[in-house]
Amino acid sequence: MSQTDKILIKNGRVIDPANNVDEKADVLVAGGRIEQVGSIKEEAGKIIDAAGMLVVPGLIDLHVHFREPGDEEEETIASGSAAAVAGGFTSVVCMPNTDPAIDDQPSVEFVHRMGRQARKTFIYVMGAITKARQGVELAEMGLMARAGAVGFTDDGAGLQDTALMLRALKYASMFDVVIAQHCQDDSFGTAGVMNSGYNCTILGLPGIDPLIEEMMLWRDVQLVKRANVRYHAQHISTAGSVEIIAEAKKKGLPVTCEVTPHHLLLTDDAILDYDTNFKVNPPLRTAKDIEALKQAIKDGLVDALVTDHAPHLQSEKELEFLSAPFGIASLECALSLYVKALIEPGVVDWSGLISLLTCRPAGVIGIDKGTLSEGAQADITIIDPDAEYTIDRETFVSKGRNCPYHGWDVKGRVETTIVGGEIRFSRG
Amino acid sequence: MAKNSKLKWNRKHLLGIRDLSAGEIEFILDTAEGFAEISTRSIKKAPPLRGKVVVNMFFEDSTRTRLSFTLAASRLSADIIDFTKKASSVSTGETLIDTARNIEALGIDIVVIRHNAGGAPKLLSRNINACVINAGDGFNEHPTQALLDVYTIRQAKGSLKGLKIGIVGDIAHSRVARSDIWAMTKLGAEVTLIGPPTLMPSCVDRLPVNVCYKLDDVIERLDVINMLRIQFERMGKQQFPSIREYSHFFGLNVERMKRAKGDIIVMHPGPINRGLEIESEVADGKNSVILKQVSNGLAVRMAVLFLVNQAAMREAKSRKK
Amino acid sequence: MKVILDANQIKVVLGELTAAIAADVPAGMDIAIIGIRSRGEIIARRLSKSLSESLGKAVPFGTLDITLYRDDLNDPHGQDQPIVQGTIIPFDVNEKIVILVDDVLYTGRSTRAAMDALIDLGRPKAVRLAVLIDRGRSGRELPIQADYAAHKVDIPPSQLVEVNLVETDEKDQVIVE
Repeated sequence: MSQTDKILIKNGRVIDPANNVDEKADVLVAGGRIEQVGSIKEEAGKIIDAAGMLVVPGLIDLHVHFREPGDEEEETIASGSAAAVAGGFTSVVCMPNTDPAIDDQPSVEFVHRMGRQARKTFIYVMGAITKARQGVELAEMGLMARAGAVGFTDDGAGLQDTALMLRALKYASMFDVVIAQHCQDDSFGTAGVMNSGYNCTILGLPGIDPLIEEMMLWRDVQLVKRANVRYHAQHISTAGSVEIIAEAKKKGLPVTCEVTPHHLLLTDDAILDYDTNFKVNPPLRTAKDIEALKQAIKDGLVDALVTDHAPHLQSEKELEFLSAPFGIASLECALSLYVKALIEPGVVDWSGLISLLTCRPAGVIGIDKGTLSEGAQADITIIDPDAEYTIDRETFVSKGRNCPYHGWDVKGRVETTIVGGEIRFSRG
Repeated sequence: MAKNSKLKWNRKHLLGIRDLSAGEIEFILDTAEGFAEISTRSIKKAPPLRGKVVVNMFFEDSTRTRLSFTLAASRLSADIIDFTKKASSVSTGETLIDTARNIEALGIDIVVIRHNAGGAPKLLSRNINACVINAGDGFNEHPTQALLDVYTIRQAKGSLKGLKIGIVGDIAHSRVARSDIWAMTKLGAEVTLIGPPTLMPSCVDRLPVNVCYKLDDVIERLDVINMLRIQFERMGKQQFPSIREYSHFFGLNVERMKRAKGDIIVMHPGPINRGLEIESEVADGKNSVILKQVSNGLAVRMAVLFLVNQAAMREAKSRKK
Repeated sequence: MKVILDANQIKVVLGELTAAIAADVPAGMDIAIIGIRSRGEIIARRLSKSLSESLGKAVPFGTLDITLYRDDLNDPHGQDQPIVQGTIIPFDVNEKIVILVDDVLYTGRSTRAAMDALIDLGRPKAVRLAVLIDRGRSGRELPIQADYAAHKVDIPPSQLVEVNLVETDEKDQVIVE
């Protein structure tokens, strides 16, 4: 290994929550791995001056939709990957609700291969729990797990059949994977397009009751008691869900959960103008729910922050609110959104935020990532915490322009993203 | 008569009642009074929309509202074209905006839109230059219906101030109820919603209304009763056990009318399900203003067409300057 | 500002106007007075009263709203908002001599609109125009002239004529600004 292949990141504030590190230090990368963290005198082929910057483990997003295969006009694994590194993410987990669904081994391998070809971020996959996400027959979870799937979910839909869900949990327990759930009980009806409440009443739009999420989450928690497997509640959005999670964790159940930036920043008041960029599932809730989610984060009940990056065509988002698809594209500006939602109001400090974006999500899916331990794979994100800018969706690398934060003034920006020891993104 | 001539009507779209002030609503009603006379002439026509093109874009079945708008526009000498299409809930084919832009390219001035999606008229108004009039969107609003309702009440009672008005039926799925609630309460009436809890919208307690689950508890106090049509097509799931049971508790029948005030007025947005929400004898009885509502609808819609067009003319003129 | 007619003078000229109209009514013909909103309506109301007295029979009175017939609806002046108040003519205009009444005859455009509005209501035997003030030919834009003018005075287009009537304003007077 010659000196010229090495990268030296100097004078940054290194935050590595897994190792309880938050100090000014240099980081030396060699051979795709972290060689040393500390005061480093050694020369390197590439020196990055990170004075005033945060040097943190590469960010991990457990929940993205890259739409490939099937809807490549909305996003591809290549375009999504480029957006990921621009947003500081060195690992992302693709959801299986593509067309066709990622429900067998070749599909998992396909996504991995496209990710390797894109050569931007590490691409992980969650496979579908049931064939074609139909909620009827179990998919070949074992073979998918062997091909590298890190977990299973029918995301985009909840698994309705209680007995089948219990079987899925029990069956999956023989592989070291997590079963994730998009909690949505369809017996309440599936016509809803926004939070059920006063705003849906005055807008004349069908509502999505918080109970729709809470009933399935509660049911799943009861099932987890019977099956010794990790369970992960995806994008929880209500105060009631927080209570259920708290209760489950108190009982010591292997239950984890994730929260999106939009459920921390936006309420259903945003829909008063029928702007479909605010149409998302689970829907934007109320200020009370935001407070409960923030408190949950403060209390350590939340295990991961995820974008649920869901790009859609502009022409689809131009449809009537009733018909437009659900989803928000926010991968590239996610970090700034977390800063606004959590750092600025003092919910967590930087170290707390970074842990929710690195070591803790890594733990949810059981991957050996999210730290700057010496010898670890060199996934590093360099952040300028003071950079102020205005979010401009027209500059996104992602194909998704359905970003409701367009025009927001935010703070905190990713400057450099190093994946496996290679600089894959550098601003400027 | 226009009592407040200082007020200006500056909206080139009528999307709903919720955004309007009491003054604006009264201005429309006053203007409508001026238009009512046209329908009494032997030559039922006036020229203010001569050379203007009105398109009825109806994505949902409607005979009465469309006829009323068509007639209103013809009485003002506009040209009217009809565009009828069943809205598809899937995102295939031509979008609403595409359709509208195509029609606009033909040179239209006013779009009257009925759509199954709440907010569709607003979406349209953001994307085309023509005036947009909401003729009913999903279960959001049906502003001209509410305007003709309050016009009819004002005609019968002089004013809405302090009147006790009951709206009975499927509030949750009713755009008429929503627009009525805004219009009536803004004009000073006290509104009570009456129906089973399953037909009440969420957070109904936050609306400026009373809620009552028993028609018999309030019937004696009402000055106005508006019987909504039970819209089976709009209800996703069974919201009450049977029509028989619904009629028993919420139908307006002769027996119930005996307990009502002698001068109560009975309204219905139509079309009536006779024997379901209202008994024929009541619908056709002396307290009924149901047919007056229909004729008043014409005057109200003429006023609305006239006012939005005038606002558009002024806007175009000020843009030129 | 200059007062060209005070209350007393208005009373006098309207008296003369009544006499002139009454003198012209052919025997056996019905006449009706229709005022153009809003000040023409008031003058018409007064004329209807005085004519009823002088002819010894009721001369019906109606109000014409010409807003919908204005020729500037598609070309509004500034933020001026046309207010529709409605036409109220509680009699049949067919076969009557209709005396159309306005406060001021200037460009002739209101009169044109009024005639169109009137024709939509029926077919009078004849339509005559009576005005309180005839501003003369200098500002006329259409080939229209008054059959009866209570007061004729040449006023250049640069000046404004304002008619105040006690029914809506404080007192009867006509001023030029």
